[in-house]
Amino acid sequence: MDFDLWAQLPSVLPEIGLTALAVVVLFADIYGSPATRRNVVIVSAVGMALLALVPLVWQPDPALYENGVLLWGGMVNYDPLSQIFKVMLLLAGAVTCLMAAGDKGVGDKGEFYLIVIVATLGGLMMSSAADLILVFVALETLSIPLYMLASFRRGDQRSAESGMKYFLYGAFASAIMLFGFSLLYGFAGTTNLAGIASAMSDGLGDGVVAVMTALVMVVVGFGFKISAVPFHFWTPDVYEGAPTPVTAFVSVSSKAASFALLLRFLTAVFPADLLVAGVVIQDFWVNLLVVISIASMTLGNVVALRQSNIKRLLAYSSIAQAGYTLIGVVALQGADDSLAVASVSFYMFMYIFTNLLVFGGVILFIAKTDSEEISDMAGLNRRSPWLALFITIGLLSLGGIPPAAGFFGKFFLFQAAVNSNLVGLALIAVTNAIIALYYYLVVIKVMYVDVGPDDEKPIAIPRAYGWSLGITALIVILLGTIAVTPIYDWAALGAGGL
Amino acid sequence: MEATGFSVLTAIIFIPIIAGVVILFLDRKNRDLVRGVGVTAAAAVLALSLAVFFGYDNYVKTDGGLIDQQQAMLASGVELSGARMFADALAFEQRVVWVESLGIAYHVGVDGVSAPMVLLTGMVAVAGVLISWKIEDRLREFMAFFMFLVAGVYGVFIAVDLFMLFFFYELAIFPMYLLIAGWGWVKLREYAAMKLTLYILVGSVFALVGAVAMYFAAGAYFSGSGAEVLEAAVASGILPADSGPYSWSIVQFTLAAENGAFGIDILGIEGLNFAKFWFPFMFMGFGVLAGVFPFHNWSPDGHVAAPTAVSMIHAGVLMKVGAFAALRAGVQLLPEGADIHLPWMVFLTLINVVYGALIAFRQRDFKYVIGFSSVSHMGLVSMGWATMNLTGMTGAGIQMFSHGAMTALFFGVVGMVYDRAHTRDIPSLGGFMRVMPWVGVAFVIGGLTSMGMPGLSGFIAEFPIFQGMWAASEQITLQLGAFQLSNYYSVIVIISALGIVITAAYVLRVAGQVFFGEFDAERFHDVGNIEMTDRIVLIILGAPLIILGLYPPIMAPMIESGIRPLIALLGGG
Repeated sequence: MDFDLWAQLPSVLPEIGLTALAVVVLFADIYGSPATRRNVVIVSAVGMALLALVPLVWQPDPALYENGVLLWGGMVNYDPLSQIFKVMLLLAGAVTCLMAAGDKGVGDKGEFYLIVIVATLGGLMMSSAADLILVFVALETLSIPLYMLASFRRGDQRSAESGMKYFLYGAFASAIMLFGFSLLYGFAGTTNLAGIASAMSDGLGDGVVAVMTALVMVVVGFGFKISAVPFHFWTPDVYEGAPTPVTAFVSVSSKAASFALLLRFLTAVFPADLLVAGVVIQDFWVNLLVVISIASMTLGNVVALRQSNIKRLLAYSSIAQAGYTLIGVVALQGADDSLAVASVSFYMFMYIFTNLLVFGGVILFIAKTDSEEISDMAGLNRRSPWLALFITIGLLSLGGIPPAAGFFGKFFLFQAAVNSNLVGLALIAVTNAIIALYYYLVVIKVMYVDVGPDDEKPIAIPRAYGWSLGITALIVILLGTIAVTPIYDWAALGAGGL
Repeated sequence: MEATGFSVLTAIIFIPIIAGVVILFLDRKNRDLVRGVGVTAAAAVLALSLAVFFGYDNYVKTDGGLIDQQQAMLASGVELSGARMFADALAFEQRVVWVESLGIAYHVGVDGVSAPMVLLTGMVAVAGVLISWKIEDRLREFMAFFMFLVAGVYGVFIAVDLFMLFFFYELAIFPMYLLIAGWGWVKLREYAAMKLTLYILVGSVFALVGAVAMYFAAGAYFSGSGAEVLEAAVASGILPADSGPYSWSIVQFTLAAENGAFGIDILGIEGLNFAKFWFPFMFMGFGVLAGVFPFHNWSPDGHVAAPTAVSMIHAGVLMKVGAFAALRAGVQLLPEGADIHLPWMVFLTLINVVYGALIAFRQRDFKYVIGFSSVSHMGLVSMGWATMNLTGMTGAGIQMFSHGAMTALFFGVVGMVYDRAHTRDIPSLGGFMRVMPWVGVAFVIGGLTSMGMPGLSGFIAEFPIFQGMWAASEQITLQLGAFQLSNYYSVIVIISALGIVITAAYVLRVAGQVFFGEFDAERFHDVGNIEMTDRIVLIILGAPLIILGLYPPIMAPMIESGIRPLIALLGGG
């Protein structure tokens, strides 16, 4: 096949754009005047938001992706799944930049935006990678900037500790995952994801244990990235220690990109029809992920009940959210995988905005009060009604209460589970959803009901910040009401490319 | 029926939502404006609700004209009767596709059972706004959340799409939590609000899983052996032309239920019928909100802790939301399950009636008396559903309206007394008839209603329930393994009549101690008569009790027509 640059270019246009943006930001920060430097945040945010339009404008061709045609020498997928994740990652980067803008020691440094852009670039590559090599390069392109971000506040001991912890755990998980990749390469002799599956089903006589070992190692790596139990130990400490805008970014980008890759990896490398020595490998990873999902939901929610620090609470809540999302991944075993893929994509789409909304509110609260204790949020409704309302909308969405987007998100996941004959898992998940709602409601109650010592001191929201929070809140509401159909239908297309 | 134009029901849902959002943007110091917007919106929805109630005339069709059509359908071999009757009974419909790929639609409409509920919600909405007139603390937020609550409640009553029913059901929960936790009785509010919210959510999410299972079962049926049934239904116009096999339309679920789509075995276990397995989830899931024993525990605490307006809407309307949703999503969609489970669930309702009344009798706190009386009276509603015949279920439908207005009136009375006397301890009150004659009269009217005095709506409601129980007694038997229990409904009626006697006892006790007896002029020297807004509240809620009691045809035939499709589904004549 001839190499047609113009046909292949759109598939990596956002990545090229991000690279260019990174260069611009780098030079503007180094050589720019102080006034230029102040505008770096605008350039980064607007740049990423504009790049988010690219996947919308250049839609992939169903004739190609439905037949498994890969671009750029078999490295890159160009399908709706990668497109929707690219859009959400770019928007997440843009919102993060806006929310970090005023943060002392973080948002006033130009390199912060540079690192966010590079990490986003890694996430984008992850969502479309079709080859083990690119998968690993993309993973590290995302991870290494995140380690740097976690320790971004150099003078702060907690931040340094957080970065170091994140790095050590992360490097360890990457190494195990890489080991798994090397095993897979050893079985198959190819690095192409789809090629591995066909090679394994042909050539492995009795290598079931070896394949499962490789599978478990890969799952460990993903488990770390999405902070699922039992690979979650870094989460609370990193979330608590890292500067809050960084926490917000870590909690959404790395998770979303990893779920995109996880969906693709499992369906491509370990598809339903893969039999090794008569054993259906899919059954193994389904059962493994069911256990991880239940453990993540339950442990995350139960431990979150006891937290008094808002960032730790959100950390455990994000562990639980990973557990819910895994339900959608597990549901891939069903006959109609479009429900499963759509539920995961939709959940991540709404989760990004929801979590950024909550963290956005919390960032401002921490900046103004210098406290991360939930009890200090008492009377927030009197001090700043809008801030309280924004955080509330975000928490309701996390808890799955309409009209916030989380209701539809959870509903789609449960629906996919029931469709795949996982009624038991769905019932466990809804029980968990109720436990979770308890601690979300407690935070809301503190803000609206409790009386604090500083009740009369109003908290002013900076205008630009208020607008970005308000728009995020509006998006969360829209995703739970009238914008469900377009996003869901788009997400459902994603199954076509798997 | 088949209608896609703008419906007045859409206005009824969106007026409170828009009003709530507008209120959030108002200046919080401008309390008069907040109140003005609130009362205007509430009055508008009440006016529209009255229009819906008096404009509903589809029952004529289900009552008479439909029989021939039904016979023709049966002769042609396509079983459409229950679903068709339900679809034909719907009025003021509007349908907008929401999530097309999943068959979710925004679909509103009222039938004979929900039209009175719409009216009830409108009445309580206005009464709630008026009785909150003097709230000073964060009035803006209070009013906005109250509006969202009203919208959520309306949404459940008028949903013809099961997904939409869940959406609004859950939508109502959060504002309710905040209203109770933020503005309730300080001693109890946080505990009670959380307890109530968790109870209700547990019920509803389990029901949601059941609903999803039904969605796939019905979808599988309609894409397989039921394809012809679906075609016939679309051709005859009871389902819209764009109906796919997978849909959340309640009409389509009803159709599936009627044609045995839920009669399949599940989990590969012989005899574990789909309907049999999921019915308890659906019925009890919503029954939690209706206060069905043993899940009634949230209710008295919740009602006592809530601010007056919220107690009114909560006991008055939300418990009916639960009973209504249990009927619509439980009995209507899983009638085979109802046949199996309701004969034993009737014992739970009996416990509700008698035990609720007994505990109410023992209370010293005025508000707890009313709280437990709600548990008792709502037991009669569930008991009415359990009769599974036209008389009993119609009675239960009337009881929903009658109890809604009555209990809202009670809570209004309690609130007015408490606001002025600053105590709800029954023994220390007394002689309030002299200083608050309006309130005293209202309480006596409500009390007589709750005792089932002829001439008031309580009688119109309770008498048919008992009558239906007697009728059901001969038809319903409970099979427990080899042991068969029959004719026990009559025993239950006799015992639950005891509940009525106890009701009379505690109502008379409260009336005697609070409104008559010695008035402590020294302690209650600043207690005066009530303002105009409060009087309007008492009139709005009290007058329907008398009107319905004296002239039942204003509502009874409507509810009866709404029950008819259910009777057809349950296999009765």
